[in-house]
Amino acid sequence: MGVGIEVTNLNAWYGTNHTLQEINLNIPANHATALIGPSGCGKSTFVRCINRMHETNPVARVTGSVLIGGLDIYADAKPVEIRRRVGMVFQRPNPFPTMSIYDNVAAGLKLNGYTNHHVLDEIVEKSLKNSALWEEVKDDLKKKSGASLSGGQQQRLCIARALAVDPEVLLMDEPASALDPVSTSKIEDLIFQLKSQYTIVIVTHNMQQAARVAENTGFFLNGRMVEFDSTHKIFTNPSDKRTEDYITGRFG
Amino acid sequence: MLATVLVVAPLVAIFIYLVYKGASSLNLAFFTHNPVPVGELGGGMANAIVGSAILLGVGSLIGIPMGIAGGIFLAEFGRGTKLANAVRFTADVLNGVPSIVMGIAIYSLIVVPQGHFSAFSGGVALGIMMIPTVCRTTEEMLLMVPNAVREAALALGVPNWRSVLAITVKTASPGIITGCMLAFARVAGETAPLIFTAFGNMGWSEKLSEPIAALPLQIWVYAISPYDEWHRLAWAGALVLIVLIVLAVSLVRYVTSRGVLKGAS
Repeated sequence: MGVGIEVTNLNAWYGTNHTLQEINLNIPANHATALIGPSGCGKSTFVRCINRMHETNPVARVTGSVLIGGLDIYADAKPVEIRRRVGMVFQRPNPFPTMSIYDNVAAGLKLNGYTNHHVLDEIVEKSLKNSALWEEVKDDLKKKSGASLSGGQQQRLCIARALAVDPEVLLMDEPASALDPVSTSKIEDLIFQLKSQYTIVIVTHNMQQAARVAENTGFFLNGRMVEFDSTHKIFTNPSDKRTEDYITGRFG
Repeated sequence: MLATVLVVAPLVAIFIYLVYKGASSLNLAFFTHNPVPVGELGGGMANAIVGSAILLGVGSLIGIPMGIAGGIFLAEFGRGTKLANAVRFTADVLNGVPSIVMGIAIYSLIVVPQGHFSAFSGGVALGIMMIPTVCRTTEEMLLMVPNAVREAALALGVPNWRSVLAITVKTASPGIITGCMLAFARVAGETAPLIFTAFGNMGWSEKLSEPIAALPLQIWVYAISPYDEWHRLAWAGALVLIVLIVLAVSLVRYVTSRGVLKGAS
């Protein structure tokens, strides 16, 4: 089951560049939350702070607190534990090129020491079914490389890989921006199904996409969160003038 | 097309010339007999073939693990640190050390203290010569692995060291293996570092503690001798050396390519 995320006074830097400033946000459990905003507004940095991937960059720094299901991930947990609980799907599909489809999905478990083949088989099948890829690959699981799939299939493989470690939160950083419209709509259908089991945070440049999949939407601008509300309200009656300008296409 | 010819022509020319000069002296005895004294007919280089295999085995056991470990450090853990810069600089300098100097260094470090020439000291000399090539190609190949692959592993909650070994190194492994093969093929033909270390041996020896024969050494000894029969054997030895190197490299390529999946890049 998904868990809620409470973000308090979050600031982030890359070197001297203050990329996130005083973010306060409550992301409800088992909902899809969209983050929109122009390029460089800090929305990607924000999701990378939720699974502590931000700090893999040596010049990066974070202050403030992020609570996931009540656990303070910066004060009370190690990065590897957090990343197992908070899955991530990247903008460009990034399957492990030397691994088979099966091994790609099982990678997170195998590399963390799971060896029971029956359990792994079950989890791989379940994860691929959850990511709507099972029917397309079930005959080539161990024969084909993950890199041999099409872009859309690769992205669903990456979703399966993230789901296999049984996370509570799924972060998606522009998961469909490198895909064609058919693959995009498959990913959107998937988000719709997955949010009953996971808390989903999706960064997107595509406002229609945000409107289609997310109950709540946050608008980021220049490292600050301008507005956070129900998606319906953001797109029909935003409180802030800057949000309105952005969604009506006057800038960005 | 012209470029292809330019690249392939020298290799083909050398090979044809070696076959022309050496093939007539090749027979079963060449592979099964030890050298015989001047004047006697027949004899072969069985001891030198086995000797080269032992020397290269010892060299690879030293050079490949150390080179790969150094490359992993440079690309994954030490990036941008002073220690990494020092290691990289040392590797580049080591790569430029003339092989005869390497032989003399090992002579004074191992042979003199031990009091005798040995296969072990020859293997060490070859191994140290392999380190810079293996180290730098490993580093280059690891740096070519897209950062997205590293991030994918880290985002699954895999500890960094494990992600490096199981994901990054594995992804780069075809290139790393090529680097090892390059280093292997390069030192397989080295003569100079062996003169003061492995020394050569006209008889059979497979002991690490004794002087041992090696194909390049044997070719050298035969080639500078005044005897026609030995000259012919030197040509045959050179042909065998090249063929064995090609076989060894092809075998490793074949074995390591068998597990590759359909569509893997």
